[in-house]
Amino acid sequence: MDVKVGIPRALFYYRYYPLWKTFFEELNTQVVLSDDTTSKILDEGTKACVAEACLPVKIFYGHVMNIKDKVDYLFVPRFTSISKKEYICPKFGGLPDMIRNSIKNLPPLIDTEINLRKSKKNAIKAAMEIGSFFTEDKRKIKNAYKKALKSFGEFDEKIKKGMLATDILDRKFNVIKKSNEPLLNILVIGHVYNLYDSFINMDMIEKLRKKGAQITTIDMVEEDIIRKNACTLPKRMFWNFGSRAFGSTMHFLEREDIDGIIYLMSFGCGIDSFVCDLIERKIRKTKDIPFIILTLDEHSGQAGMDTRLEAFIDMIRWRYRNEDNVSAYG
Amino acid sequence: MKITFPHMGNTYIAVKALLDDIGAEYVIPPINSKRAMEIGTKYAPEMACLPLKINIGNYIEAYEQGADTILIAGGRGPCRFGYYCEMSREILCDNGYGMDVVVLEPPDGDIIKFIGKIKKLAGGLNMYQILKVIKNTTLVAKSVDELERLVFKIRPRELQKGSTDRIYEGFRKRVVDVKGSLEILKLVEDTKNQLLKLEIDKNFKPLRIGIVGEIYTTIDSYSSFNIDSILGNMGVEVYRANTISGWIIEHILKAVVPFTKDKRYAEAAKPYLGTMIGGHAQETIGNTILYARGGFDGIIQIYPLTCMPEIVAESILPAVEMDYKIPILTLIIDEMTGEAGYMTRVEAFVDLLNKRKERVDIVEDLVLFGD
Repeated sequence: MDVKVGIPRALFYYRYYPLWKTFFEELNTQVVLSDDTTSKILDEGTKACVAEACLPVKIFYGHVMNIKDKVDYLFVPRFTSISKKEYICPKFGGLPDMIRNSIKNLPPLIDTEINLRKSKKNAIKAAMEIGSFFTEDKRKIKNAYKKALKSFGEFDEKIKKGMLATDILDRKFNVIKKSNEPLLNILVIGHVYNLYDSFINMDMIEKLRKKGAQITTIDMVEEDIIRKNACTLPKRMFWNFGSRAFGSTMHFLEREDIDGIIYLMSFGCGIDSFVCDLIERKIRKTKDIPFIILTLDEHSGQAGMDTRLEAFIDMIRWRYRNEDNVSAYG
Repeated sequence: MKITFPHMGNTYIAVKALLDDIGAEYVIPPINSKRAMEIGTKYAPEMACLPLKINIGNYIEAYEQGADTILIAGGRGPCRFGYYCEMSREILCDNGYGMDVVVLEPPDGDIIKFIGKIKKLAGGLNMYQILKVIKNTTLVAKSVDELERLVFKIRPRELQKGSTDRIYEGFRKRVVDVKGSLEILKLVEDTKNQLLKLEIDKNFKPLRIGIVGEIYTTIDSYSSFNIDSILGNMGVEVYRANTISGWIIEHILKAVVPFTKDKRYAEAAKPYLGTMIGGHAQETIGNTILYARGGFDGIIQIYPLTCMPEIVAESILPAVEMDYKIPILTLIIDEMTGEAGYMTRVEAFVDLLNKRKERVDIVEDLVLFGD
């Protein structure tokens, strides 16, 4: 029987799942995903986790609880860094320790450290270490990693072309809903795990689409454009998300086809608190474009979210309509 | 150029020594107060951590007194402190307080630039003089830390309640008026002698509590509601591994002078938190374990709301609590923290520790009589 590797459907699942899936399957293991996020998962996570942690981490806890009894190994890597000289977040770096010390009766954790802060070569090292849980054949691990990179490359290419990660992961097609109003181009800035988990953000993406909005995300911007723009900051940001968000926002501000910007943040996110503030200051200074911050936590009410989204979209539409009506001659 | 810098507990004493010695013009911001916090809360992002808010308040209060340049340490992440310099610059600039920000940070391979920054501040001093100043600053920081440790020891044992606080607070006020590292060192020495002359109860065995957590809120008496003094006056001997000299060495001087750091905490923390994840998370875990091994009665963890590394530490501490059988209290501070609720929790915790100790004593007696 195949060894079962459990992957919680949270945090970097939304970024790296194709990579992980191919890698583990090439090593003849069976990948088991936790269920879609539900209020039960959230409740269990909130109970198991310290109150001060942010919503995505609590949800991660919930997914671990959901899957831990069904698998032989649990994949909770220690993500210290995924890019040169940049970190992710202290909580990502301490995640396996947090999980291990607060949830009981866990299967063995695959908690290999992924740290590309100094060199990209550490990625293959991490892959070899993870692979060694299942096989001693080094060539097999290397091949699996190569194939995994390839499927991640295909996934990333689709995203860069303008597809959303969830549309690819959940295999949704024909995603743009018909609306009588002209299509609006909305940029949503936020962590992948806030953007694509439709439970966390209360189905924001679908709601926006129904209102005739096309979603653009920061993941769709090419890496070199981001790097070039991020360098304009007086001090280099040392968070991967921070420099990506800032770099791509600068890029979108230069473009003329964005109708509005939504910043989706989770309450208590340390990185968002700074990045969001910097981005807001930048946007307000450079361009007259509608901008809204939506904050998520485990208490967020559906109605409040709906009202804000509706008002935001309506406001953008009114801006265009009224602009047409005003006579140029006063 | 009139320099100012943010407050963090007794850091101003060391920075004052440094600026006096290089002959710079400077303004020490008014000591942390409600006003500073309110100004900061108004301008800083809502979800930023408390130290940034108080820092912004410090800068603006110093600006009102004529300061135009901010001296602050930097960092390379992932803790938010490393980006304080940029945030402060943006926030102050957008609100019409045009101030220069000079960041002293461990150089990332660019040591020339770092020395250049010190030279810019130091005016006409040569390299040898600069190194001497750095040495004296470290001495001041270390002696202030020693003084603080002495205060921790004497406070629970003093016979006339309040006398330690009076001498110590007097020192913190008077130190502003003396000039230069040598005079400050002398004042520290005098204060020490004064403290040693106090009458103490030599046979009293106080409870011992270790304070761990995020450095600003543990060191800064305003944001921790003066927890050292509260506990001391309840008859508790306080220990704290976070010190300003440790911080100055780690953040600024390590780049220039090769110091070896005491890494015992990292080893102790290893089974619970394997790597450095930024901030003081590993210190928190490691020191808790070291204190527990040292037979302490309890641990208090303090951190500002939304502090990322300390949330990780807090998630792990319950396991340490179980394994080492040591009670741990976590206190989280933000601008809304009410003093009454805070005090109640501290008092209840100390009561619990006292009862626990009594019970242990009784059990020991029972065993003695039992055989």
